[in-house]
Amino acid sequence: MNRRTLRKAKNAVFLLLSLVATMTGLACLAAILWTLLSNGIAGMSWRLFAEMTPPPGSRGGLLNALYGSGMMTLLGILIGSPIGVLAGTYLAEYGRNSRLSTAVRFINDVLLSAPSIIIGLFVYEIVVVRMGHFSAIAGALALAIQAIPVTLRTTEDMLNLVPVGMKDSSAALGAYPWRTTLSVLYPAARSGIVTGLLLAIARISGETAPLLFTALNNQFWSTQLNAPMANLPVVIFQFALSPYKDWQDLAWAGALIITVTILILSISARVILALLQAERGSGR
Amino acid sequence: MKIPNRLVTIAAAAALSCTAAAATDISGAGATFPYPIYAKWADAYKKLTGIGLNYQSIGSGGGIKQIKAKTVTFGASDMPLKPDDLKAAGLLQFPMIIGGVVPVVNVKGIQAGQLHLDGVTVASIYLGDIKQWDDPQIKRLNPKLALPSTAIAPVYRSDGSGTNFLFSDYLSKASPKFMSTIGANTSVQWPTGIGAKGNEGVANMTTQTDGAIGYVEYAYAKQNKMAYTLLTNKAGAAVAPNAESFQAAAANADWVQADSYYLILTDQAGAKSWPITGASFILVYKQPDDPASVNEALKFFAWAYKDGASMAADLDYVPLPAALIAQVKKTWTSEIMSGGHPVWSGK
Amino acid sequence: MAIIDPRHAAKQLIYERIFRGLTLGAAVLVLLILGGVAISLARGAWPAISHFGFSFVTREIWNPVTDEYGALAPIYGTVVTSVIAMLLAVPAGFGIALFLTELCPPLLKRPIGVAVELLAAVPSIIFGIWGLFVLAPVLQRHTQPWLIAHLGHVSYVGNLFKGPPFGIGVLTAGVVLAIMVLPFIAATMRDVFDTVPPMLKESGYGLGATTWEVMWNVVVPHSRVGIVGGVMLGLGRALGETMAVTFVIGNAHRISSSLLAPGTTISSAIANEFTEAVGDLYTSSLIALGLLLFLITFTVIAAAQAMLRRLERRGGFAA
Repeated sequence: MNRRTLRKAKNAVFLLLSLVATMTGLACLAAILWTLLSNGIAGMSWRLFAEMTPPPGSRGGLLNALYGSGMMTLLGILIGSPIGVLAGTYLAEYGRNSRLSTAVRFINDVLLSAPSIIIGLFVYEIVVVRMGHFSAIAGALALAIQAIPVTLRTTEDMLNLVPVGMKDSSAALGAYPWRTTLSVLYPAARSGIVTGLLLAIARISGETAPLLFTALNNQFWSTQLNAPMANLPVVIFQFALSPYKDWQDLAWAGALIITVTILILSISARVILALLQAERGSGR
Repeated sequence: MKIPNRLVTIAAAAALSCTAAAATDISGAGATFPYPIYAKWADAYKKLTGIGLNYQSIGSGGGIKQIKAKTVTFGASDMPLKPDDLKAAGLLQFPMIIGGVVPVVNVKGIQAGQLHLDGVTVASIYLGDIKQWDDPQIKRLNPKLALPSTAIAPVYRSDGSGTNFLFSDYLSKASPKFMSTIGANTSVQWPTGIGAKGNEGVANMTTQTDGAIGYVEYAYAKQNKMAYTLLTNKAGAAVAPNAESFQAAAANADWVQADSYYLILTDQAGAKSWPITGASFILVYKQPDDPASVNEALKFFAWAYKDGASMAADLDYVPLPAALIAQVKKTWTSEIMSGGHPVWSGK
Repeated sequence: MAIIDPRHAAKQLIYERIFRGLTLGAAVLVLLILGGVAISLARGAWPAISHFGFSFVTREIWNPVTDEYGALAPIYGTVVTSVIAMLLAVPAGFGIALFLTELCPPLLKRPIGVAVELLAAVPSIIFGIWGLFVLAPVLQRHTQPWLIAHLGHVSYVGNLFKGPPFGIGVLTAGVVLAIMVLPFIAATMRDVFDTVPPMLKESGYGLGATTWEVMWNVVVPHSRVGIVGGVMLGLGRALGETMAVTFVIGNAHRISSSLLAPGTTISSAIANEFTEAVGDLYTSSLIALGLLLFLITFTVIAAAQAMLRRLERRGGFAA
């Protein structure tokens, strides 16, 4: 009888602890989002989208940073996702279980979790030093390298989910794998690949470290790819660590913008995936 | 194989938005000490001429590095380079503006200008010998002040900094122990305390941390309403930091004799002198690869000398005296050359 | 009699070769990128390594003026903050995974799971500024004085909690890292727990075991490899994290026995000092730090991936 009570007590304690852990985790999320919202909204105004980053002590906006982040993210995705999608296609269609494929999958997963500052150092060495100056293109390249592992993983997984029957039917009609892939597999896995793109965008739009010594920063409006370009994460870094109230307000507003964007992208990706699963489940 | 139309449109849009005309912006990097005034000048200059100054305030160490790597048109440093280093690198340096480094504190109940410290005390704090605000040595200098027993959190510059140089130079002159243990340079090994980047970081960290003491250029203390302290100068008087005391320290400077303008203004004689005064310097190449950019930069500096003086005074920086400005402009004409002709197009 | 026009067939073959070449090239490019990172880091670090030799890893000094560098302080900071993060995040993540798989009412499972994963999507710089502006003051005013007062005098443990309460420091960085890594560990553990065949758990319940006993004695041993893999993946992330740590670590190249003291980590040292490093030896030393970080994280992450793969391949049956 005693032993049983002990066991039940132990059970209750640990289950309670697990509830506490979950509550703590949720509380942290709530605390962070709350701080972000209250400070970020205070800094929000139409100026944000109309004016450039100001010198200390004056008000201004984040237009150049928003543009810079948008441009570099776009370039990063344009450069990185085709590589990721193509490589993922190789792994799913051609390589399958070859030694090369196993190695690529493994290395890809390592790159996925690798510290982003290392990628920044790498691009600094091969691009910034060669060019002699910081540039937006270097920043975009650093982001592209971060986008590749995400798109590769999702593409391979999504392509593998396509029913084998579709591939076989296409092959039976005499199509080469390239034709099958382009005309049958990509359309079938379309939503999954788009999810991969959304996740990649979400991932690289929040990255600061790769941009610290590639794109640097620029307090003016610049559209030149060959020159340093303003970007949201580095601006937040600089402004948050400054003593100027205006700058700190802008930093919080920028942080709110980034977080909301990423959350929307992540949730959209999730929704698409859920719809995909529902589609499959209902028997296509 | 058909390329999706959407992809073509996106690529075209991206390409088009990148073919903007090359901007004639001047690029510079370096000291955070003069950043508040450089930023103000840049803003006004841009409104006037449309030419922007892209100044990255990354610390004097960074400025020296970037100009040596030729990634910027000019570098800015509060620690003057020695004439030999300048010659070896082919650089020219000249003073732009003078300001003061002030200790700032974040102690409950202490307002700006209330706390009085001296060089030895500050040195002991940063050496870790004085650990609490109600230490007898501090009490002795401030008999009327109610000092709490909070622990002192020294904040220092973690990046290569001319402000750091000025501060550590002053402390080395005031305390032999500091000189032998830590020394004076843009980056030193502080035995205790928290590191922060840039004057901004130190200001921020000091404001954030209870019981902190830091050192920043006066404009930062003024703009952010921080509690600066009084210091005892070489003449033994307690001085407050302001344009007048910086001016007093700078008045003794003999710029004509200084080789390559190498002059350090800390611990100057004079009853009203602020002990941690310093000039901030600009570094440019004597034979620049891009004479047009350097010319634009020099035009900006000439404008700043003349029309920027009142803005500088608003932030309690000390503009250079007229004689020094004339001397500097002469140096520009005689030393900065391209193809045998002076780069600067003004007089 | 040809059904298929031979010219058409030949063109199709060419397209096939091109496409296959492209995809193969892309796959090889991934390998080349990692190889490129390793090689360029090694090349950049070479001047420092050849100058200092092995002593680079054992010295604490970091003096840009006399050009003497040692990686001991950043390595120490990296390891200590990551250990603190793991000590806090692993039990918490385990608890969350336990809650989600066993206790949670089905209706709440998805929202809570999504909420935990959303925490993972928040960019690390947000954690950094939140840590500096919200967490550090709280720690400075309440938690740290409490720790110093109550634990500072206990023998052995007391040394960990000495010194003035700065608010920022190694402990704060560890806590921020823990919150950052928590969602990854919780999500991985939950996924791993979900792969346990229900039959195994039912057998446990059938024998009269409590939920906790089934968890501890059936689910955990079964998912051992996955758990370790997930934890190591989280560790790999914690070791390499830059922005969350840089704001709150205090930037002091010093080793201190107290957790309340400021310190530095490899990634925050690089982030703070790289753009201003004057001189080849300084820059090279920073890149050497990067190389060290690369080697450490590569080893940890590679081992973690190997373990997780073993789990995937083994499928759902118990060892």
